[in-house]
Amino acid sequence: MTTYCSFCGKEEADGDHAFCRQRLSAIDPPRYCPECARRMVVQVTPDGWTARCSRHGETASARN
Amino acid sequence: MTAAPEQIDVLDEAREQVLERGVGLTEAQVLKVLELPEDRIGDLLALAHEVRERWCGPEVEVEGIVSLKTGGCPEDCHFCSQSGQFPSPVRSAWLDIPGLVRAARQTRDTGATEFCIVAAVRGPDKRLLSQVRDGIKAIREDGNDIQIACSLGMLTQEQVDELVAMGVHRYNHNLETARSHFPNVVTTHSWEERWDTLRMIRDAGMEVCCGGIIGMGETLQQRAEFAVQLAELEPDEVPLNFLIPNPGTPYENYPVVEGTEALRTVGAFRLALPRTILRFAGGRELTFGDLGAKQGMLGGINAIIVGNYLTNLGRPAQQDLDMLDELSMPIKALSQTL
Repeated sequence: MTTYCSFCGKEEADGDHAFCRQRLSAIDPPRYCPECARRMVVQVTPDGWTARCSRHGETASARN
Repeated sequence: MTAAPEQIDVLDEAREQVLERGVGLTEAQVLKVLELPEDRIGDLLALAHEVRERWCGPEVEVEGIVSLKTGGCPEDCHFCSQSGQFPSPVRSAWLDIPGLVRAARQTRDTGATEFCIVAAVRGPDKRLLSQVRDGIKAIREDGNDIQIACSLGMLTQEQVDELVAMGVHRYNHNLETARSHFPNVVTTHSWEERWDTLRMIRDAGMEVCCGGIIGMGETLQQRAEFAVQLAELEPDEVPLNFLIPNPGTPYENYPVVEGTEALRTVGAFRLALPRTILRFAGGRELTFGDLGAKQGMLGGINAIIVGNYLTNLGRPAQQDLDMLDELSMPIKALSQTL
C-alpha cells in the first residue's frame, strides 16, 4: 500500500522527508491523509488537533 | 583640533531613560540596540528584564488561543497559511460551540487568564459575530470566568460596540510590520485601515492587543520603525511572533529568524515599550528552542501563549508552566485583572 507524507502530501517513498518529519514532530499537525494524500480538514485546539479525511475519517492527537 | 565626541553607549542611555524614567527608546535608539554586537546581548537582556520588572512587575500573563474559523480568508497576508489566495494545505474549518467551550476550559485549566477567539477573515459578518456571541454565552454557562479576547479582523464601529456589549475585554489586531514594509506583506488592505480599527477599539474602552511578525524581509531600520509605531499606538499588549515559513505561502522559503537576532529584537522591543505587556507568540519554538525561550523570559517578555496556536502547534502548556516555575515567575491571577 502506498503511504503519503502527512506534511507535504507526496509519496513517502518519493524523496527525502526529513524536513517534513521535523516539522511534524515540532509545530505542525498532519495536513494530508497518509492513506490517500487528500487534504484534510484540520482543527487545532489549545491542547491538540483533529484531522478529518473525507474518505478515511478522523484522527486526533494523543493529547486531544 | 577638536576631540571626537564621546560615543554614548545606547544601553547606558536606556538605563537612564527607560529604566529610571520609563520613557521608551526612539527609533534611532532602537536601531542602535538592534545593531548591538553579539557580546552585548547579555547586557541588553539583563537591562530589558530590569525594565520589565520595574514597570510591569514580576507576573507573567498566560493566554490560550483558538481558531474559530480557519482558512479561506480573502486577504493576501503573505505570511499566512489561511489565505485563500495561496496554495496552502490548510482547508477551511469552523469550530462548533461545544468545541469552543472545551478549548476555553483547556485554557483555563492551565491557569491562564486570557482566552482569545480568532477568525481568519477580513472582518466579521453577522454569522461570525453570532457564533462569537453564542460561544461567549456558552463559555460563561460552563462556569468559566476567563477573560475573553477576540481577533476577527477589521471592524466597523457598530461591530466594535457589539463586541463591547458581549463582554469582550481585549481585541487583537496586529499591524504586523512597519508601515513602510506593510505593502510588501499585504496588498488587499492597508496599514492605515488596520490602524483605524485599533483606534476604534481603544476609543470604545476595550484593551488593545497589537503586535506583529519578525522575519518577513524587513530591514533592521524597519524593525525599529515598527517598534516605535507600536509605542505610538500605546497598546496594552504586544504579541511578538517570529515567522513560521509555512508551505504554500509566498514566504515558505524565508529563513527562520536566528535565535540571537530574535533575542536582540525582544530586548529592543521591551526598551521601546517599557510598560506594555510583551507576549511571546507564534514561531518561538522554531526560532528559540527551549533554551532561548528562557532567555526571552529573562529578557523583557512578560506574557506567553501556552499550548497550540491557530494552525501550528506549540509546546505542551505544562512545559511552559514548568519553565515559569523554574524561573520563579508568578502567573498573573484572574483576580488581578478584574
